[in-house]
Amino acid sequence: MSIWDTNFAISIIPILLQGFWLTLQITFISFLISLVVGLLVSIIRFMKIPVVSLIFSFLVQFVRGTPLLVQAYIAFYVFPKFGVTFDAVPTGIVVLGLNYSAYTAEVYRAGIEQLHVGQWEAARALSLPPLRTWIRIVVPQAVRPIIPVLGNYLIMMFKDSAILSSITIIELLGSALQVGSSYYRYLEPITIAGILYLVVSFPCSLLIRKLEHRFVPAH
Amino acid sequence: MSPHTDILKTLNATESPRDIEISFAGVSKAWGDNHVLRGLDFEVRAGEKVSIIGPSGSGKTTILRILMTLETPDVGLVTVGGDVLWDAKPGVKNKETKQTRITRRKVGMVFQQFNLFPHMTVLENVVEAPIHVLGISKEDANARAIDLLELVGLKDHMKHTPPELSGGQQQRVAIARALAMRPRVMLFDEPTSALDPELIGEVLNVIRQLATTTDMTMLLVTHEMRFAQEFSDRVVMFDKGVVVEQGPPEQIFKHPEHERTQRFLKAVTAY
Amino acid sequence: MSAVSEYSWLLLQGLGVTILVTVLGAILTLFVAFTAGLSGLSRHWYLRWPSSIFVEFFRGSGLLVQMFWFFYALPFLGIQLTPLFAGVLALGLNEGAYAAEIVRGTIRSRAKGQTEAAIALGMSPGLRMRRVLIPQSIPAMLPAFGNVMVDLLKNTSLVSLVTVSDLTWRAFTARIATGQTVALFLTILVLYFILSLLIGWLTKWLEKRFALDRKSLGRQQSMKSLVGGISA
Repeated sequence: MSIWDTNFAISIIPILLQGFWLTLQITFISFLISLVVGLLVSIIRFMKIPVVSLIFSFLVQFVRGTPLLVQAYIAFYVFPKFGVTFDAVPTGIVVLGLNYSAYTAEVYRAGIEQLHVGQWEAARALSLPPLRTWIRIVVPQAVRPIIPVLGNYLIMMFKDSAILSSITIIELLGSALQVGSSYYRYLEPITIAGILYLVVSFPCSLLIRKLEHRFVPAH
Repeated sequence: MSPHTDILKTLNATESPRDIEISFAGVSKAWGDNHVLRGLDFEVRAGEKVSIIGPSGSGKTTILRILMTLETPDVGLVTVGGDVLWDAKPGVKNKETKQTRITRRKVGMVFQQFNLFPHMTVLENVVEAPIHVLGISKEDANARAIDLLELVGLKDHMKHTPPELSGGQQQRVAIARALAMRPRVMLFDEPTSALDPELIGEVLNVIRQLATTTDMTMLLVTHEMRFAQEFSDRVVMFDKGVVVEQGPPEQIFKHPEHERTQRFLKAVTAY
Repeated sequence: MSAVSEYSWLLLQGLGVTILVTVLGAILTLFVAFTAGLSGLSRHWYLRWPSSIFVEFFRGSGLLVQMFWFFYALPFLGIQLTPLFAGVLALGLNEGAYAAEIVRGTIRSRAKGQTEAAIALGMSPGLRMRRVLIPQSIPAMLPAFGNVMVDLLKNTSLVSLVTVSDLTWRAFTARIATGQTVALFLTILVLYFILSLLIGWLTKWLEKRFALDRKSLGRQQSMKSLVGGISA
């Protein structure tokens, strides 16, 4: 038996691509969740609503300070006990999305805090309502410079999605492990999986670096 | 007569003239140990053009900022057009009330740093508040905005964005933007201090035009003494949170009575 | 709650393993970071290119994949690693690749003016690097390194998937035995949180201790340090 069986490698590619497709879908939806929830959380924190803002601030620190794997286990094993039963994939998407919301919330916070105070004062001087101020004045200006950072988190999420294989989701890594245990040949599947992650991550990170130079001239 | 008579007429008061437009009674403001305003009593008559001069940190900008509700007074009563803007009680954390928000609409402000919205065009900057605060239709707001931009000489730039304009141009847009809300009171917080010298004139011209052709009440904080002399009905000299001296420009600039006023004017006009 | 107290001894052992893995991983991370980072700054292409390839490879292929590769795939190449070794190796190489960019970026951003001054004083490149650039750069690297270490701590939980009996693994097996998921996982979640706080405090203390400019501790934070300083 040779070390690397090319025929075997080729034969398993379709299965791995299926897992890869699931990885892409999970990443995409989770990222959307993290973009929306993160923005809401950062706005609530910024408005300093008594109690609520503090709770959210603490949650952000707590989620950022604890492992995604354990959070995934909790969602997968604990939620059903409280009557919240989902299939594995939606559960994984929600966990990944909420986990990264804690990170995007911090990114938004940086963007909002970087906004010149004069913008707030001008909006106030014109008596613009708070909602309008946020939607038309603050968010458009705050988000633009942080787009590269958000892009980095997208790439990180793409790789972290592999962790969801531990809660029975057969995404790319999960497929590779399944193939490995079925045929008892791990070298080819895991290597191909690694190459697939790399083939997506590396060009995307180059793209992000280009964006950084465009969006953040002082870089 | 100015070609912009129509738009200028719209900036005049429609109700019967009031006597006192702005009043401060016993207003104090402190940050920690720094008492910026101490029990200030101050009145401005309707239609009066007032310049406020004085050294940095004297509190003159704070007066404007309190009027524009950018700062909250610790104590005191502030009214605009007879309506309460601030009614601050001592010892309590005073917050803006619904009354504050309603009265605020009578006041417009032009900032030292212009503070235009850089991601919107000039036209969009001017119509934003009229549409979303006053509820004016887009067509009416646009028409009025174009008239105002023509008044300040920037109609040709209405599709440009602020970063594409010079400082003087941006400040003139800022003036148009504030005027679009039809304020009764216009505040100018060192409007030319951030400008290159050759751009100061174009902004002062606009302010001068507003002063001579409308009955708006105008408060101007400035270091441009010659302009203050020409523009004002009254000049107020401010230092360390109190009014040192006030009176008509000829009195303040030519025969200042107080030693602090004399010292300040000497230092400012030294070169 | 009884499950937690019953298993508290085992959980404590798991905690010990987690801390061990974190410390070992941190050491390897630092070693890799400076080796790859400094190589990345070299004038010699034969040092720069391998460094770049290494960094991009280990950042791009994903930590968990790497860990499984070391544990499951490497034996097929004739190399059998213990679970602990495989886990620490993956952690160190992966986090080291990220940290290498911190080293490289920090030194490079301080390099310009300092390099010219050192040249004017007649220092050789090696001396320049050792005595001038690196000592200055280390305090500046601390915040970002702190983030890397917290990231490392959280990622140690993944070694449970290659059968290392760390805190997560202990909770997982205890859960199978007792079914008391909530209490167990919440407990270890809190333990991880406390550990991450400790790393944060340690970093802050180190920053104060090694600050070049006492007054600049209230420095304005760049957006990167505010959001974590780890790019993909």
